[in-house]
Amino acid sequence: MLEIRNLHARIGENEILKGLDLTIPDGEVHAIMGPNGSGKSTLSYVLSGKPDYEVTDGSVSFDGADLLALDASARAAAGVFLAFQYPIEIPGVANMTFLRAAMNAQRKARGEEEISTPDFLKLVRAKAPDLGISQDMLRRGVNVGFSGGEKKRNEILQMTLLEPKLCILDETDSGLDIDALKVVSHGVNALRSPKRSMLVITHYQRLLDHIVPDVVHVMHKGRIVRSGGPELALELEESGYAAYAQDAA
Amino acid sequence: MPAVQETVERVRAIDVDQYKYGFVTDIESEKAPKGLSEDTVRYISARKNEPEWMLEWRLDAYRRWLTMEEPTWARVSYPRIDFQDYYYYSAPKAAPKSIDEIDPEILKTYEKLGIPLRERDALLGIQREGGSKVAVDAVFDSVSVATTFKEELAKAGVIFMPISEAIREHPELVKKYLGSVVPVSDNFYATLNSAVFSDGSFVYVPKGVRCPMELSTYFRINERNTGQFERTLIIADEGAYVSYLEGCTAPQRDENQLHAAVVELVALKDAEIKYSTVQNWYPGDKDGKGGIYNFVTKRGDCRGDNSKISWTQVETGSAITWKYPSCILRGDNSQGEFYSIAISNGHQQVDSGTKMIHLGKNTSSRIISKGIAAGHSDNTYRGLVSAHRKATGARNFTNCDSLLIGDLCGAHTVPYMEAKNASAQFEHEATTSKISEDQLFYCLQRGLSQEEAVALIVNGFVRDVLQQLPMEFAVEAQKLIAVSLEGSVG
Repeated sequence: MLEIRNLHARIGENEILKGLDLTIPDGEVHAIMGPNGSGKSTLSYVLSGKPDYEVTDGSVSFDGADLLALDASARAAAGVFLAFQYPIEIPGVANMTFLRAAMNAQRKARGEEEISTPDFLKLVRAKAPDLGISQDMLRRGVNVGFSGGEKKRNEILQMTLLEPKLCILDETDSGLDIDALKVVSHGVNALRSPKRSMLVITHYQRLLDHIVPDVVHVMHKGRIVRSGGPELALELEESGYAAYAQDAA
Repeated sequence: MPAVQETVERVRAIDVDQYKYGFVTDIESEKAPKGLSEDTVRYISARKNEPEWMLEWRLDAYRRWLTMEEPTWARVSYPRIDFQDYYYYSAPKAAPKSIDEIDPEILKTYEKLGIPLRERDALLGIQREGGSKVAVDAVFDSVSVATTFKEELAKAGVIFMPISEAIREHPELVKKYLGSVVPVSDNFYATLNSAVFSDGSFVYVPKGVRCPMELSTYFRINERNTGQFERTLIIADEGAYVSYLEGCTAPQRDENQLHAAVVELVALKDAEIKYSTVQNWYPGDKDGKGGIYNFVTKRGDCRGDNSKISWTQVETGSAITWKYPSCILRGDNSQGEFYSIAISNGHQQVDSGTKMIHLGKNTSSRIISKGIAAGHSDNTYRGLVSAHRKATGARNFTNCDSLLIGDLCGAHTVPYMEAKNASAQFEHEATTSKISEDQLFYCLQRGLSQEEAVALIVNGFVRDVLQQLPMEFAVEAQKLIAVSLEGSVG
């Protein structure tokens, strides 16, 4: 699914990714943990094609294609989805309108037919309640006046409807209380499939109790410094990141 | 390149030379001699077979105009206009007697604009679900070439005709109301218009009648170097209702074309007038060359108690826009509304807004203005809300939002408020924002293209106003917004 080789990227003069290697096979869920400033969010932006981030070296292959050659919307159409740490507000654009515009834009890019209004409504009605998303939230402006938890649930709804191949979750647990965390995790777990891979970025082991990863990576100073099974997350919870900071230094 | 930066680059590269409506219809036309003099005024009046009183009215306006100075307070700049360098009257040769006699070239022009002129076509093309119809009064340069649905309207007692005809056929109504809202000496451009107006629409809806269809006029400036001076007069008698749509395009010209219209609305007791405009005149090319100068005086008079006038405008065209559709809230409990979307791109300059003059008791007004500036354009909202000392209980709510695309454009808000009555309640809200890098990326990450993303964000921004437009217009306006910003995103 995803193969990252020797990835170097910078924003302005700051090099943030410094030779990162990562492979995520089809159907696997990988977690990336690491201290603040280790480059976790940068990785998510570089993979999703955010402007301002410049790749200076290395390669990213997605389903055999050169991901870095595509612009952000083409990457989305190819199946890369980023659940934002801080979802963006778009006043005046109804959440429903946005969802439908996104679905149809991706379908169009893939040469598929647009979804009909009744099919779209049916789909949303089937998926929204599981994530605790009310009709009112669907009618309101995208993320406008949503609580932190509502924003995160809305991200997962988009992910559910868009059916991406690669889901990147950037600190989806931040700002969630335990109940919201369960709802969100449940939504994410429902999307696990042999054809879909996930990259879960988090500070805390807590999220990984609910979304159990196949592999856990530790990221530090722009590189993966250690990889292991789910037990690695528990170990980190015990000992913190200090040891890795010393290793890498 | 950052997305917003890229957008800015594309705005700079916008090729407005590809103005969608920039074509010239090749027909013979008859013009008044170039320049403006008493003779020009007499020529126009004679061409229209006007009665003596109308000629006197025009000459009086012309003499006043000679004593007036061109206003300079608006936040727009342009080379001094040589008023002697324009043709003040232009008409297709041989005025048509019926639709079948209309020059096929003119019909083709309207076809390109998507206006079905023939009644049958109009019925097939414009009739919407629910059976609503649109009657079109087409003004080609200075003469109304055809009026559709006239008969059906006549059955309801509604008079909808070119004002030149109304002057001859309904002199009592014209004498009573013409210049009663925008006096002859109101301002430089209105006075000029009063002297040389060539045609426009006249609407009278009698007592208690709800006009059975939306009325619509398409204005089009075709002839090189002609000023177009329409004069529109709409009267809703007691308890009447009418919705009027105005749409404008002009072909591409190098010289700046002058346009100084006057629109007067009169709403008597319990009457309501809804006036919607979509204006997409040629804005000039990418270097700011050419384009229409649009100096318009639009004013509505809520003359009777419980009357209501509502202005809705979508302005995307013209090199210079100077336009303040206003309401005089004279009747007790009368209401005025102004909903505006003004989009400027390239080198366009917009100075637009409204005036709400509260005179009667318990009058209320509402202003929602959305300005969108892109490219090198300047977009100013200028508004006045005033309450007379006898206007007890006057209320106003104003909301002015500006959206900037790129960093070479400007948005300005100039609100004036005057309350001479302590019971007046005026509220004013204003915001200025930019389409942020983050918003664009969020949309792109969900699969939208740059262009779709900007159109979506802008449509969200103007949603409150779009909702005020009649259905037929809302769809058109939405498309127009996308077209106007096309250059801003490639």
